[in-house]
Amino acid sequence: MIESILLWTLAIVSAPFFAAVILRVKAFFGGRKGSPLLIHYYTLAKLFKKGSVYSTSTTLIFKLGPLVSLGTAITALLFFPMAGRPPVVSFSGDAIFVFYLLGLGRFFTIAAAMDTASPFEGMGAAREAYFPIICEASMFMVSILFYRLTGELSLSAFFSGNQPAQFWSTAGSPMIFVIIALFIILLTENARVPVDDPATHLELTMIHEVMVLDHSGPDFGLIELGAFSKLFLYSAFIARLICPFDFVHPALDVALFAAAVLLVYIAVGLVESVMARYRMDRVPKFVLTSFALVFFAAVITLEFAK
Amino acid sequence: MTTDFKPISNGAAIALADVPHFSLDNFACRALHLVSNGGKVVQFFAYPHGDRLRFLAVLRTDTLLTATCDAPDTYPAMTATCENFHLFEREIAEQTGIIPRGHPWLKMVRYHANARGVADVFGNDYQEDIPGKYDYYAVSGDEIHEVAVGPVHAGVIEPGHFRFNCIGERVLNLEIQLGYQHRGVEPLLLQAAPNRRPFIAESIAGDTAVANSLCLAQAIEALSGMPVDAGAKIIRTIGLELERIANHVGDLGALSNDVAFLAPANYCGRMRGDFLNMSLLLCGNRFGKGLVRPGGVRFCLTDDIRNTLVQRIAELKPQVSHVIDLIFSTSSVRSRFEGCGRVSRSDAEKLGLVGPAGRACGLPYDARRCFPTEHYGNLDIPENAEATGDVYARAKVRADETMQSIRLIESLLRHPVETHCVDGENLPLTPDSLVVTINEAWRGELSHCILTDETGRILHYKVKDPSFHNWNGLSMALRNTGISDFPLNNKSFNLSYCGFDL
Repeated sequence: MIESILLWTLAIVSAPFFAAVILRVKAFFGGRKGSPLLIHYYTLAKLFKKGSVYSTSTTLIFKLGPLVSLGTAITALLFFPMAGRPPVVSFSGDAIFVFYLLGLGRFFTIAAAMDTASPFEGMGAAREAYFPIICEASMFMVSILFYRLTGELSLSAFFSGNQPAQFWSTAGSPMIFVIIALFIILLTENARVPVDDPATHLELTMIHEVMVLDHSGPDFGLIELGAFSKLFLYSAFIARLICPFDFVHPALDVALFAAAVLLVYIAVGLVESVMARYRMDRVPKFVLTSFALVFFAAVITLEFAK
Repeated sequence: MTTDFKPISNGAAIALADVPHFSLDNFACRALHLVSNGGKVVQFFAYPHGDRLRFLAVLRTDTLLTATCDAPDTYPAMTATCENFHLFEREIAEQTGIIPRGHPWLKMVRYHANARGVADVFGNDYQEDIPGKYDYYAVSGDEIHEVAVGPVHAGVIEPGHFRFNCIGERVLNLEIQLGYQHRGVEPLLLQAAPNRRPFIAESIAGDTAVANSLCLAQAIEALSGMPVDAGAKIIRTIGLELERIANHVGDLGALSNDVAFLAPANYCGRMRGDFLNMSLLLCGNRFGKGLVRPGGVRFCLTDDIRNTLVQRIAELKPQVSHVIDLIFSTSSVRSRFEGCGRVSRSDAEKLGLVGPAGRACGLPYDARRCFPTEHYGNLDIPENAEATGDVYARAKVRADETMQSIRLIESLLRHPVETHCVDGENLPLTPDSLVVTINEAWRGELSHCILTDETGRILHYKVKDPSFHNWNGLSMALRNTGISDFPLNNKSFNLSYCGFDL
């Protein structure tokens, strides 16, 4: 248990570091030196030292947004079996619970954005509400597939111990579809290129960033930390699938897991470096691709899983 | 109709007495006839003649044509027949209080009181903050929402107000309000001491310093009969082309940045700096300020500098061409550029789009080719017209022009250039004269126009930035385009705020 809690804490604490890896990869491709790997810790420290500014037209909802989005993200991490170790909390059906926990976080971010009554934030909220609906369908398809393969519906059943290796042995190559689909979901849910551009300063093109324009200081710090944790959760998903091996030695397991997570982050950085962002009306097609892939994977796999 | 609009040459002075003077009806009839048959408006303004005002129009077909007429207090708007006059008539109404009756969109241009002290055409109280009494174009309906952007923007860009009427993500109409940077450049040029004029001209728009000072210098040279040696003309041409390359390269990078395609954005930023540094080497200023003065240039092109420039160009040319290839060969970039913000050729004709924005819509007009000045008469400038009128076409024209300009500079640097440096000589100007200068600045046709009175003082100074034509092109490009594509379209036009605001 203590080990699980330690791993959970480690995940939250290291999430900003991993996010900085993306910046480094992008800087490498852009021919720049790039920011230090600890940049996000400096930024968080700076934000938490500041004060917050609240518009007089906002209500309690606006202040709740950052708290809830961080709260849900780190609670979701509680259910994830880090490095194949048992998670802090687990129950049957927690996979569904985790998805809706993240949904709750999004709901409050959207509500906080709407609360400002800014046309920009309303626009961002509309986009943020639209694209994840399609992601949700894909995520459910993934759950259905994994349920068929394991007969259980909890993240610990999916990802702990040697289970991910079992996926590969029963489902075989269609698992590659699942990984690609999950990667697309990761890019969409975490506002990365080619769906959103985290580096842009143009309000009209933003999705996630524009919703948090009015948050400042510690509130913005909470949002950032929540975003890092969420990205870590999705990366951990994929990391466990691409690297489903377990040794007996815990330190070795953690090192391997960290390396796999790092690989996912580098892949995100690569995608952001080599391709442009999609036009807003093409994004749904891109996200739907993930659904199609998992759907095919499910159809193909059902035969084997009988 | 025995007499017609008089053909004039770019950058040559003509006695005001030789400019045909018509009655208003005849003037309007002839001007409308010319413009309806494919002519374009270069300048159209009112200038003082005794205690009355006169209209003066400079139109272009394959030559420049000019005529004047007496300006009444109100007259039937020419815009009602020919869209080309639209902003010019609004500008006249704002500057002089003359009302164009039946103008379809009589709205202030830069939000300032008129110079004559007569009643304001728009009923504005200029003590109020901009935009005063103006009601923006509004669309109503349950699903319609309005987004207002600016005048204070997130980036380090100039102030302008953009009002979008949208249905969902789709823009129905974009209205642009400028004027936040109105400094009164024209009256300033009128009053300034002769040796201060170049400094003011260079500050009209900081990114178009060479082209503006070139327009001023050519006009003063024509009015005072100052000779310019061939070497100086070559150096000025190099200066103008360097300005074009630096800005086009910067724009290509910015376009790439707006679609989140990282590498070219970074490389173009760096290369823009490299080209600006060439201007620095040439005249000690990265933006080419202080290079051009009436009578020639202030800095010689020594063989040392020439060889350094040749070396730098040789080093940069493959880099630029590589980055351009990278942008245009990446499918995700092409999918963003192609078909985005399309302006039809007929709309472009009606709006009178100039420069890369016009050429992207298939209007091949390039002042360097049509009305050559400086060394351009000896150079071969290709047409560069694209057919599609979208962001891709605007980017492509820029990319092509960048490579062409690099080749132009290469060829100009091949032989030693000898010139005699000048520094602010002031000769008296020919009285009662008119001169129009046109140069192809990197945004398109830039024109200055000077009229002198009977004592040889400047009577009227008129500046027209290419952005004056092109801002409405941006509005048209946004129709039925996703609002999230606005920044990309805006970058593809990259128009000047201060050049427009004057």
